[in-house]
Amino acid sequence: MADQTFPIPDSLDRSPSRSAALLEWLHSWVVTVDHKRLGILYIVYATFFLLVAGAEALVMRIQLAIPNNHFLSPETYNEMFTMHGTTMVFLVGMTFIFGFGNYLVPLMIGARDMAFPRLNAFSFWMTAFSGFLLYFSFIGGFGLYGMGSAPDISWWAYAPLTAKAFSPGHNTDYWAIALIVSGFGTLGAAINTLATAFSMRCRGMTLFRMPLFVWLLVVTSGLTLITITPLTAAQIMLLIDRYLGGHFFDTQAGGSATVWMHFFWIFGHPEVYVLILPAFGIANEVIPVFSRKAIFGYPAMVSASVGIAFISISVWAHHMFTIGMTSVSNAFFVLSTMMVGIPTGIKIFNWLATMWGGRIRFATPMLFCTAFVLQFLCAGLTGIMLSVAPWDWQLHNSYFVIAHFHYTLTGSFVFCMFAGFYYWYPKFTGHMLSEKLGKWHFWLFLIGFHVTFDTMHFLGILGMPRSIYTYGADRGWGALNMVVSIGGMIQGIAVLIFAWNLIDSYFHGPAAGSDPWDAWTLEWSTPSPPPAYNFATEPVVRSRRPLWDLKHPQDPDWKYER
Amino acid sequence: MHQGLSLASIRSRICLFFWLCLAALPASAQAAPGMPGMLEADSTPAREIMGLSHFVLLITGSIFAVVGGLLVYVIIRFRAREADAEHEPAQVYGSVQVELAWTVIPVLIVVVLFLTTARIIFAIQDAPEPASALDVTVIGHQFWWEFRYPKLGIVTANELHVPVGTPGKPFPTYLELLSADVDHSFWVPQLGGKTDLIPNHPNKMWIDPEKPGVYLGQCAQFCGVEHAKMLLRVYADTPEQFEAWVKNEQRPGAQDQAVEAGRHVFETQACMNCHTISGTAAKGTFGPDLTHMMSRATIAAGAADNTPENLNAWIKNPNDFKPGALMPVMQLSDEQVNELVAYLSTLH
Repeated sequence: MADQTFPIPDSLDRSPSRSAALLEWLHSWVVTVDHKRLGILYIVYATFFLLVAGAEALVMRIQLAIPNNHFLSPETYNEMFTMHGTTMVFLVGMTFIFGFGNYLVPLMIGARDMAFPRLNAFSFWMTAFSGFLLYFSFIGGFGLYGMGSAPDISWWAYAPLTAKAFSPGHNTDYWAIALIVSGFGTLGAAINTLATAFSMRCRGMTLFRMPLFVWLLVVTSGLTLITITPLTAAQIMLLIDRYLGGHFFDTQAGGSATVWMHFFWIFGHPEVYVLILPAFGIANEVIPVFSRKAIFGYPAMVSASVGIAFISISVWAHHMFTIGMTSVSNAFFVLSTMMVGIPTGIKIFNWLATMWGGRIRFATPMLFCTAFVLQFLCAGLTGIMLSVAPWDWQLHNSYFVIAHFHYTLTGSFVFCMFAGFYYWYPKFTGHMLSEKLGKWHFWLFLIGFHVTFDTMHFLGILGMPRSIYTYGADRGWGALNMVVSIGGMIQGIAVLIFAWNLIDSYFHGPAAGSDPWDAWTLEWSTPSPPPAYNFATEPVVRSRRPLWDLKHPQDPDWKYER
Repeated sequence: MHQGLSLASIRSRICLFFWLCLAALPASAQAAPGMPGMLEADSTPAREIMGLSHFVLLITGSIFAVVGGLLVYVIIRFRAREADAEHEPAQVYGSVQVELAWTVIPVLIVVVLFLTTARIIFAIQDAPEPASALDVTVIGHQFWWEFRYPKLGIVTANELHVPVGTPGKPFPTYLELLSADVDHSFWVPQLGGKTDLIPNHPNKMWIDPEKPGVYLGQCAQFCGVEHAKMLLRVYADTPEQFEAWVKNEQRPGAQDQAVEAGRHVFETQACMNCHTISGTAAKGTFGPDLTHMMSRATIAAGAADNTPENLNAWIKNPNDFKPGALMPVMQLSDEQVNELVAYLSTLH
């Protein structure tokens, strides 16, 4: 009798209700320190803001489609392009790279998690908070003054337009503080990535056997540490100017507008490499697998990446050829900028050589990467044109520049991110993305991209400056702007197809298995999705392509690699 | 069969793409009947930039053709085919010789490009100012341009007048660029590249148009709400025209008894706080100098033609043409506005 249990009413046999289960599930995502879940949070967050900032771009394109349009007020247009730029760089670009990095770096180097899981969670939530802070400005920008408004100072925010005298209210403060907060998140993620790659590699994985994606995340993280610092410093100085009576950038009290430019661009130019290097990393994984060949010239690829990072620290003033620097300074920055072309050229040639003699499967990830190679080539060549300072005096701040950097950020970065989605979504979820929708997405996006941005080059040559909310009919820009806007809409449709594919395939996509692409890096040796802590036992690798060695025991890589 | 079809379709897609690119060129040229741009350079700096740009375009175009051609070849030639689906292709890990080749060739190209570019930078930027050159001080304001001719004692706005040179004897105008508030950028594509107007940071640039006529430009650095309507005109005058224009600008403002009422409105309302009309009590400098405003073709920095109707509407509510312009709504009666416009219309 003593061991008999007496049921206490309402306690033992009550299964959790549906809402409690949902709450439990949400809670588990908020408190997670698992690198895979944080990676997915980063990526979902980035995708959400990609849609938001894309919508902002389309709103701008409606306004510019015809001359003298009244769809937006000038104030709203200025807010749209400021928010579009800021969002795309800080909330989409940075979070995509650290999302993919978070998820993949530990898997690729055979580690069980990032080096600092809690710092990882902290970094993500800081970044997430910064985005919500930035967007809260839409209702809180003027504080107690009345209606809110978003920042309208452009994403490069040149002084003294940001001074209290020219930018009253709080929208500029939201912008500055959001970037400081996001900067801390980014620094945390960068430190974590470096620590992970340097100290968590599995047995046998020397630095020169790390997958190139990991290498590029390492280089990007190092570059991040260098570039976010001046940005944060500049934002703090700006806030001191605005609230504590400082005169760093306050030209009416002897401050310097050009000092802001230097601070901003010594962040801003390496920043584009911070974004594009992980995109290269994705191409470095996808192109070999779909060409069925080892990457051509691995050591050259590594040194080119490091070289790009070093050179990129010395090129910032090519954004400032028109501010009246001396002729010698101009010449210096011409040379340093052109030199970036050498390592990037090496990369393009190595990708071509990897494809050369291969057996190229044009599945969706490879389609995006192939288009990326062509578009990055164009972006590099228009970059050379812009590095020619006298020509830049003409092209600077025109639509030619917009076309150029969208070739790098959309045509290269976003294309590679899409490639990454199609390539690793099976690993993330266990389901394949629909190839049919993927092909629709690719071709529509490709066509929309070229209709939009190829045309923008011509607008720039015809003298249309950036940041203008309207233009007169007599200037002859109407027809081309209509074309650009139509292209933008096509891209919008393509991205919606992509978003639908992400959702639909999660529920209905065919099962992926652990290695759907017959690939060679360690993440494909785990089940899809990988279990908590990834590897039951620590893997041992002898080459850059451990799964190739497993699949071809008679012809392994470690026999040939140098 | 399936592979063959898709190969053909890839080819046709690529052809289509290149045809579209080619078609875009003449289309864009035709799309701009109104405004000639940097391609129709008419001043030494602009022409030198065009020459350089053709050279750079030739080099980058050749690189595009070679590398793009290689990519297209690779896509077509090395596409996976059913026949060899089973075995992996030969694995090649790299080649030092090849890597060296495609490092050295770009280095050589960079050297050539850099030397060519540096030559033009120094030629334009460090050109010594001849004693005969005309000096103009350009001051950027939110959202209009102030032009001062210190040696001639002229102050005007938004429409810059400069003399043309005679063949073989160019007549350069040197601009000193200042800003009264935020950053702006002076850009008239046919005459030269742009240079920024930055507070506390005086800049210089020069132009020497050769054909008489009007050249359009606009502010090229985001400067606030109405950045888009900070337009700019440069009139290149023949020496006789320029002399006549200078003579006219040096006179004090017209004093016509018939429009005394309008002048009274101008001098007793807030107009005079921001605008100058020489010969009157109005000495404000926050807005454009109106002493000879009828000699200008446009008002509101090019936002509207200078007609009495537009002037009337502009004074009643500047936001109609230029929402965000810093000129306030003056709350004048219709009669006062009419008198004011009648007065302003005499300021030739």
